[in-house]
Amino acid sequence: MKAAAFDYVKAKNLVEALALLSEHGEDARLIAGGQTLLATLNLRLSEPSILIDITAVSELKGISVRGNMLRIGALVTHTEIESSDLIAQHAPLLKEAAPHIAHRAIRNLGTWGGSLAYGDPAAEWPACSLALDAIMIIQGPNGVRKVNAKDFFIDLYTTTLQADEILVASEIPLASSNQEHSFQELARRHGDYAAVGLAALIRTDKGKVQTCRLAFFSVAAIPTMASKAQAFIEGKSIDAALIQQAVNLAREEIETLADITNSQETKTHLLGVLLERALTKMMP
Amino acid sequence: MNHKKQINMMLNGKQISAEIEPRRHLVDFLREDLGLKGPHLGCEQGACGACTVRVNGQIVRGCLYLAVQADGATVETVEGLTEQGVLSDLQEAFLRHNALQCGFCTSGMLLAAAELIEHQPKSNREQVREWISGNYCRCTGYHSIVDAIMEVLEARADGRQVKPVTTS
Amino acid sequence: MNKPTDLQGLVLDPIAGDQRYIGHSEPRHSARRLLQGQGTYIDDLQFPRMGHVVYWRSPVAHMKIGQIHTDRARKMPGVIAIVDGVQMATICKPWVATLGHLAGMKSAPEYALAVGRACWQGEPVVAVVAETRAKAEDALAHVEVEWEELPAVVSMESALDQSTPVIHPELGDNLCFTRSLDVGKVDDVFKSADVTAEATFGFGRHTGVTLETRCQIADFNPGEKRLTVYHSQQAPHMMQDLYCRQFGLAESDVHVICKDVGGSFGIKVHAYPDDFATVGLALLLGRPIKFVADRLESFVSDIHAREHRIKGRIAANKEGDILAFEIDDLTAIGPYSMFPRTSAIEGNQVVNLVGGPYKHQNYRANLKVVFQNKTPTCQYRGVGHPIACAVTEGLVDLVAQKLKMDPIEIRKRNVIPDNAYPYTGISGIKLEVLSHEQCLRKIEKMMNYPALRKEQEELRKKGIYRGIGIATLIELTNPSAAFYGVGGARIASQDGATVRLDPTGIISVMIGVGEQGQGTEGIFAQIAADAVGVPIQNVRIITGDTDVTPYGGGTWASRGAGVGGEAVLRSCEALRDNILKLAGAILKRDADSVVVRRGNIVDKANGEQLLTLSELGRIGYFRPDTLPADFSVDLMVTRHYAQKDYPFIFTNGVQASYVEVDVDTGYVKLLKHWAVEDCGRVLNPMLVDEQVRGAIVQGIGGALFEECLYDESGLMRNGNMADYLVPMAYEMPDIEVAHVETPTKSSKLGAKGAGEAGTAGAPGAVVNAINDALAPFSTHVFDQPITSEKILRALGKVK
Repeated sequence: MKAAAFDYVKAKNLVEALALLSEHGEDARLIAGGQTLLATLNLRLSEPSILIDITAVSELKGISVRGNMLRIGALVTHTEIESSDLIAQHAPLLKEAAPHIAHRAIRNLGTWGGSLAYGDPAAEWPACSLALDAIMIIQGPNGVRKVNAKDFFIDLYTTTLQADEILVASEIPLASSNQEHSFQELARRHGDYAAVGLAALIRTDKGKVQTCRLAFFSVAAIPTMASKAQAFIEGKSIDAALIQQAVNLAREEIETLADITNSQETKTHLLGVLLERALTKMMP
Repeated sequence: MNHKKQINMMLNGKQISAEIEPRRHLVDFLREDLGLKGPHLGCEQGACGACTVRVNGQIVRGCLYLAVQADGATVETVEGLTEQGVLSDLQEAFLRHNALQCGFCTSGMLLAAAELIEHQPKSNREQVREWISGNYCRCTGYHSIVDAIMEVLEARADGRQVKPVTTS
Repeated sequence: MNKPTDLQGLVLDPIAGDQRYIGHSEPRHSARRLLQGQGTYIDDLQFPRMGHVVYWRSPVAHMKIGQIHTDRARKMPGVIAIVDGVQMATICKPWVATLGHLAGMKSAPEYALAVGRACWQGEPVVAVVAETRAKAEDALAHVEVEWEELPAVVSMESALDQSTPVIHPELGDNLCFTRSLDVGKVDDVFKSADVTAEATFGFGRHTGVTLETRCQIADFNPGEKRLTVYHSQQAPHMMQDLYCRQFGLAESDVHVICKDVGGSFGIKVHAYPDDFATVGLALLLGRPIKFVADRLESFVSDIHAREHRIKGRIAANKEGDILAFEIDDLTAIGPYSMFPRTSAIEGNQVVNLVGGPYKHQNYRANLKVVFQNKTPTCQYRGVGHPIACAVTEGLVDLVAQKLKMDPIEIRKRNVIPDNAYPYTGISGIKLEVLSHEQCLRKIEKMMNYPALRKEQEELRKKGIYRGIGIATLIELTNPSAAFYGVGGARIASQDGATVRLDPTGIISVMIGVGEQGQGTEGIFAQIAADAVGVPIQNVRIITGDTDVTPYGGGTWASRGAGVGGEAVLRSCEALRDNILKLAGAILKRDADSVVVRRGNIVDKANGEQLLTLSELGRIGYFRPDTLPADFSVDLMVTRHYAQKDYPFIFTNGVQASYVEVDVDTGYVKLLKHWAVEDCGRVLNPMLVDEQVRGAIVQGIGGALFEECLYDESGLMRNGNMADYLVPMAYEMPDIEVAHVETPTKSSKLGAKGAGEAGTAGAPGAVVNAINDALAPFSTHVFDQPITSEKILRALGKVK
């Protein structure tokens, strides 16, 4: 299918991008990697009147360490994350997850910010950002605001981003030496949206779990943390018995949504299997 | 609405200029306006890989990249890369192993394989399969494509060229 | 030699004096351009004044078409014309797709653009022609069709219920075709058998997903009154005939040209309503009209296939002799049988083929082919074979399990012995010569079966569940007129090749059997080179052009090598004879005393080079004055060939699949796949291997991944490349192929077909492997595609 007609303008900087966004309102779409947007336009599922290209906005680029946080600019591509030494060192969960995102050609253009802003519950970065306690840096006409990942995703394809705001970057606490992670994804074919996925992270102290983050994707309308299971695990040591109980808790607390080939029951079953595998992997 | 944009790009080694409607994706522009029929369209939703072209040195889905986005970019298609000789090892290996049948996926597959050889030269069969898993082939079942790519990887590792295919 | 043989490295008797290419893995030199982006697929062609058509297609499964408002659309930029069904029907006749030899088959008239009613989601209703595809789509958005939704038939189980609406009231019911076969004493056998087993097998509707979608450019020259159609198609002469008859044109006024085809697999051998509509537009507008289906259109308008529910059972004695098979096959097609090959063939094949490899004497089959308001179905690679094989081989494994007999042992015991041929199978199929026993022995060795069984056992102790699945298969190839001709269809089972020595010594071969990637041009070049006696680089193959090539059938039912190849062989041998006659006249010697060797005329006795072919060509074409007065130079020869010895020349093979099932997630990992293939004389081992591999992966698609999913109102839910899952590289196994060669005596070439056998055996082998992996859990899965959810349900892990 051929996209319906639209205008196109390329913003030179963030101020200009925001001004254009305010000017055109609901009729405009930001284009960064465009890997999701252009597919929807080609399928005529969406017909904006203007695309605002933000790929030249330097404020959105780059991976850097700032104090005890790792800053990932919104325009950083999935391939850049996959091959970045800073990511490997400070957010290894992302390095492990990156190869699961679609395929190389898509990863070369698709962006961190694009994935987060789109808020697909089946995508990898939203769940990873929850597991990593990421902070979203958002800029609008009234200035900058920061939102925790756990408050950022509010509904299917819906985040707290307002129509006149741009996601600028995310900040992630640097990985600590007492940190373990596990990334689990089940997909019918490599690179497909997950049937069920889990981005898991723990921080331990003397064999006991201090912090536990279990962010599931492809289970519900938004990336979902198993907060009861997390709370149960925190303060304890991981062993086989704990794993079983955590799995039961996670299965009970998450209200799963069926997709085209997996029923609710299947999703519930599978999320427990992934949790068991993740916890087993992270067990000392 | 739909105002054409002037763009300049380096295409297969030549500087070109054009006025393009924003909605047109790069592959339609290459195929229809410039007569470069090497990249193909199989789905226009970024799933099949038949449209793969190289922009600024990396493979992209040409159907998920607007022609206007290529302003100031370097674009290479299978035709240009063939002329440069960049794909010759892969082309010989593909021919030797019959790693193409109808040929419709082939230009995309070659470009994907070329990037693998550049970035992951130590790949084994499973890793090759993972890398090309974004390129749909309905004809070959992939085995011979993996064979061909492995032949090139092994030749590169040994520092030798791939033997050209000749008639007996 | 026409008996299967065990001898390692046996080479079949050559058929040419200096056979350098036949039997060798010669690369496809003509494919080099495809590696350079220099192919010529239909969408690559651009003509002056060319219009692009998009179709307004029914968005629902069944509707009454009301008023069609096109005023707004007509005013859109670049719009050339908008045409509806009523207008199209004034120039294009409707058709009814039935065949005389499928007794009792019925279907209703179908139009190029729907008239009065649309009966499936995706049926074309209105054509919008504009200067570009994008402009046509812009205008399409403003076409308003008033419609009233009608109740849709979407379930095959209830299609024949009294309460279900009849799609075509004039037909009386929703039954397209039914057939029963009852041979031997099935009831007695089942009553008294030591062991019986039964299962219900499901096969999900799926489709071909050719990477190049269906496309054509139809051009009508109003001055010449000639129609030219560039078509991504498998059977150019068939389309020429259909366009003539549906539009009332003379055969000589229709020219069909097939250039590069980006995959076909049977999807492109059928005649689609939008094919006729595009041609109709060219006739109405007098200019080239291009139609390229986009991927969304493809999913709802390409033919679908393989929607079956089969109840099967098998009876055996305690020694392990299979005594009987019985099946009840319910299959659902679209609201119309597909033109012109009909949608009843697939079910009919299932009836013919179940139990095919085995020597039981009792068989009963019932078939019902029912209409539904879903995309029409028709022949797709394998056509019924994958289904018959999966049912047969699944039942064989079930009975082997009950008897505690090894799956290979039970097959060895029950296959028709290699020395029993010719043999008529219990369903009536006539088998010239097969090699089941030899193939079973070969695969057992190839896969190191005992080692795999041992590995399976060790890993089971560790909670790792691997399975081995075997599937013995038969596959029809080289069809005679029994397939379609006898039923009244103007589909040629014969084929012809014209070969010409060009003045400079090049051999040009023209044949209607075309190339869609399988290597047709390659094997024809090999045959021509060997048969005439020239180096292969001096051979040119021209295919798929009705103005240029002899009248023939194109590619279908795996006939390219066996039928097309034989025509090439015969014409090239005849040319060679004429060349030798001319050489004799030029050299003033006996034609018998010289041969053609590597482009030269050579003394047969001492090998002395006497004349180059280019010199012979020069004299033959430009210096007839130097030849005897009554000598006729005939350097262009046509020969036709029809396979008439058998209804079909059957091939056979066996496949094995090795899988690992994750019993916690239900995910299946395909570890390895093996195939032994007997397609008679192998013209090019590499090309056969590649056909087998590609076909196997296509079969795996249906077994594990592919299904057209519908909601209750008859709308396809996953008609796009993200949600319809085709096999991609990561999940596919390496596939090892070996050959057994049992030539057919029905031709000099001795080649049988090889294009579809891979698809026939793969689902059976993979499903059997999954069930073997699940054996410790006393559960089975038989509903394809086997998804992880179905495995979890079978294991009781999910409701």
